[in-house]
Order: sequence, then C-alpha cells, then structure tokens
Amino acid sequence: MPADLSSFTIESVRAAVRQRTTTAAQLAEACYARIQKEDGQIGAFLTLSRERALEQAERIDRMAADGQPLPPLAGVPVGIKDVMVTRGVRTTAGSKILAKYVPPYDCTAVARLEAGGAIVLGKLNCDEFAMGSSNENSAFHPVRNPRDLSRVPGGSSGGAAAAVAADMAVAALGSDTGGSIRQPASFCGVVGLMPTYGRVSRYGLIAFASSLDHIGPLTKTVKDAAIMLRTIAGRDPMDSTSADLPVPDYVAELEKPVRGLKLGVAKEYFAEGLDDEVRHAVEAAIDQLKKLGCEIVPVSLPHTPYAIPTYYLVATAEASSNLARYDGVRYSYRAPGARTLSEMYRRSRDEGFGTEVKRRIMLGTYALSAGYYDAYYLKAQKVRTLLTQDFEAAFGKVDAIVTPTSPTAAFRLGEKSNDPLAMYLADIYTVTADLAGIPGISIPCGETKEKLPIGLQILGKHFDEATILRLAHAYEQAA
Amino acid sequence: MKVTDKDVAYVADLANLELTEPERAGLGRDLNSILDYVDRLSELDTSDVPPMAQVSDRYGVDQSKQGSERFAYASREDKPDGLRKSLPHKVALEIAPDTDGTFFLVPKVIER
Repeated sequence: MPADLSSFTIESVRAAVRQRTTTAAQLAEACYARIQKEDGQIGAFLTLSRERALEQAERIDRMAADGQPLPPLAGVPVGIKDVMVTRGVRTTAGSKILAKYVPPYDCTAVARLEAGGAIVLGKLNCDEFAMGSSNENSAFHPVRNPRDLSRVPGGSSGGAAAAVAADMAVAALGSDTGGSIRQPASFCGVVGLMPTYGRVSRYGLIAFASSLDHIGPLTKTVKDAAIMLRTIAGRDPMDSTSADLPVPDYVAELEKPVRGLKLGVAKEYFAEGLDDEVRHAVEAAIDQLKKLGCEIVPVSLPHTPYAIPTYYLVATAEASSNLARYDGVRYSYRAPGARTLSEMYRRSRDEGFGTEVKRRIMLGTYALSAGYYDAYYLKAQKVRTLLTQDFEAAFGKVDAIVTPTSPTAAFRLGEKSNDPLAMYLADIYTVTADLAGIPGISIPCGETKEKLPIGLQILGKHFDEATILRLAHAYEQAA
Repeated sequence: MKVTDKDVAYVADLANLELTEPERAGLGRDLNSILDYVDRLSELDTSDVPPMAQVSDRYGVDQSKQGSERFAYASREDKPDGLRKSLPHKVALEIAPDTDGTFFLVPKVIER
C-alpha cells in the first residue's frame, strides 16, 4: 500500500507500477480512501467513477504483471473537470440543468488520457458551465482551498486544483476560457497549463465560449504537465479547430538550457491593483530566471486595460449562443407540467440555470441584439485584434513573457460573490492569453505571510508550449 | 440607466428565459453596471481594425483559400464517404426527458 500519496508524480507512479512496488488498483483505492477522508470538507469531487477506474487499473496491472511496456501515464490516478463528457459517468458542468446527464460518448482528451494509461477517479467540481473565478457558482456546492478552508480555490477549475493540491489525485484535467486553469492553480499552489488554442481537441468539452475554450492539465510538477500535454495534444478529426501540427516531445525539450532566452516583462501587468506580496514574489522569481541566464526585456502590452471588457463581451456573446441548446428536449433538465413548448423552454432554463449563467446569457444576448451588435460585440472583436497585435509585437522581441497569474492570493469565500465586476477583475492577468490564443502556464512562486500560494505566469508564442514549459521547469528546479 | 426594465424583458424573451421580478430587477442593475464598465472600449479608435472572430483567423490558416475553405483546419477526414457516424437512435433517446420510443416528445407547439 502506498504510504504517502503526496510523494507521487506521474513519472514515479509509472515506475512504481512497473516495478510492482505498488499496483494501479492499490493506488486508486488509496486515492478513494483519501477522498473519503478529506473531500467532505473540500468538496472537489462531484461524481466518482470507481467501476471505470478499477477496470482500467486492472488492465494496467495485468500489463505490468506480463512485463509489457507501459504507456506514459500507466496507473496515474486523475480527476476530470466536470465539463468534459465521460461515457456512462454523469457529467454536470456544475449545473442543475445537467444534474442527471449521463453522456453516451467520451471527450477526446479524456479518451487519450485513458489510452495513455491514466485511471479516471471521477469528475471534479467547477463553476457552473465554467463561469466563475472562485468555484462558488457550482450548483452543487462550493470547493474550499485545501491550503486554507476559509478561502476559495479559484475557478472555474477549482475542484481540479484542489484535488491535486490535497493529493486526492496525482493530476487533473481542467479547462481555461479566461484563466480557469491558471488562476486556480495559482490559488492552490499547483502547476496549471493552458495550451495554445487548437493544440488540444475540444471535442466533448461542454462549450462555454468556443473561440476561447481550452483543455489543459493541472499537476504537481512542470514535468507532469509536459507528459500530460504530450498525451492529449494533436489533431482530432472531431474538432475542426484542432491544429494539424506535429506534437513535440515536451519532456525531452524540458532539459534544453534556458540561458540566453529573452523574457519580456510588461509594466501593464504590475500596475494598480496588484497585491504587494504577489508583486515581490513575482519580482523575485524574475530575478531567479535572470540568474539562470535569461535576459529580461521590458515590453509593452498597451491594450491590457481593455482586456476584461473585451473578454466579457466576446465570452458572453458566445455563451449565449452555445447555451441555447439547453432546451429540455433531448438530454437536459425539463421542468415538469409546462403546457406549451415555449413555456417548457423558459421554465426549464429558468429552473436549470444559476444566477451567474443567466447574467452572462443576458449580457451576451444583449451584446448580440439588433442595435447593439456593432457597439458591443463587433467593437470587442476589433479590440481583440488589438490585444493580439500587442502580443505579436512583443513576441517579435522576446521568447516568453512573465507576469503574475492573479493580482492577489486566494480570497475568502463570499468576499466577491455579490459583486460580479469585482469577480471578473480576478481574471485580469489571464484573459488576454485566451483572447490571443497563446499558451500560458502558472507555477508556484512562493507564499504570502499567511502561507497562501502565489503563482508566476509565463506566456508563450503560438504553439510554443515547449519554451514556457522549459522556463517553468528551470525555475521550479532552481527555486 | 442604459438598460431599462423593458430591455431586460425583451432580452430575456430573446434568450428564452422567463425570470422572476426580483431576478429581472437584479439583472437590470448588473447589466447596467457591467455595460458602464465595458464602455471604456469606446475610448479606442477601431475604425481601421479588422474584427477577430477566432484565433485561427490569424494563425495556421492558408490565406489563399476563400470562404469556408479558409476556415482553419476545416477538412473533415471524419467524413470520407460524406457520412459521419451518429449516435444510435436508441442511445440518443435513452437520455431524453420524454420520448415515445421513436421521437422526442414535447408539449404542443401552437399556442392559442
């Protein structure tokens, strides 16, 4: 029996399973025991898929017993954010409207993880339809930060970050539309990687904002994130926006030197609103990277102050369209007793969606409606071009850009839940990468005086995850 | 106040939401405060800036292609014979709220 789940990484799990010092089944059971013990107070899991997990674990253990070569994630217990569909395992998107939805197919990224040997323990709590920055918008229950139970784990992949931070899973899959992988990774002290738009198939990811949605890993180490990305990345015929580009060997790339790489630092990311402790930690991390031989180059991303308004128009417009599918006809919740079709639609959606989802559907519908389309949606699309051009200009001079992941460490439950705008501003340093489609990683870079984790964000060029992983790995090893 | 009660009712109607009175009042307030904030976009002159609907408009696209052909990675190798496998009828109906075994059932469409 594994004594200490906290010591396991993807690599060490695979080695232990291969050497038969533990089995995939024992590891999965150890995780379930820990979930049983810890998750009552954290709330990271919504559904456990024990049968599916143990079946897969047996398959891996048979391969190990037979001395067969093991896949890269052999025996690794993972959790899946509940916005990725899983065949035969309830998938809710954190919403009452899908509370009983048992999908008939698997998300490509989940299928690839399992083909890579991973054990899917269950489905992880999140803000409803991934809309939120604190996980307080889950229709089921909030998630608490394992580092301080009075604080939020971040969102929307709060369950994913908390599960990894609390050693209830060795790794997790999350999704990022405006920061939903990186910000919770930062709040919980784990690694969170958002790949380039198009690098990982979105097939089977419940759509929030299709031009901004990304799937990516949350892990304990940068190397684990590299292994996960390598496993889930690459062209998928089921997603026409997935890129038909070769997938590098990210793990091999980690070992390349970082000396001589040019790192951009943008003053717009160190402006008003940034907490002093976060600023000091991030500046210290930048100094560390400089000591490792990187050249620090000032860059400007002048349209950054316009990122949040742009994001909340683009994302809500797309969401209002995507969420029109929840009509109570084919698979989502249907309100009982409606006498007409129109009444059935309205009552099902009224009862099924939570407040934040309704707020965003309303804002998005308004921004797309006749008379407002040009002023809001089209305007935001144009500013999205400007924000992207900012990055194109900066990446003409540097290899990567370093910033804080979030302006503050984890805030308290309830602190921002009655003020939508304050909550939206929690994503101020992360939304730009989603809008521009570039990759970004958040890695731990110290703690506040109250022992709350702080995150360093490294942004990279389009399809250049290898460089940001390499920088993150070098920092992690040195820190 | 940009968004009036009448606007909230109109937009809710477009979005197929009914909303209670308190919900409408609250959403009206929220929409006004969010729209006040997003108005800062009007500070930027974007008259010569092309809109960006998605990332692949800018990356990885063969610009020589036109129309839907230009849409990034739009090939459909999942449809070699023009037909894509769909869910079996039975499986699709199993997860529906109401069916007669052949079709999805819904309340009557015509209101009078």
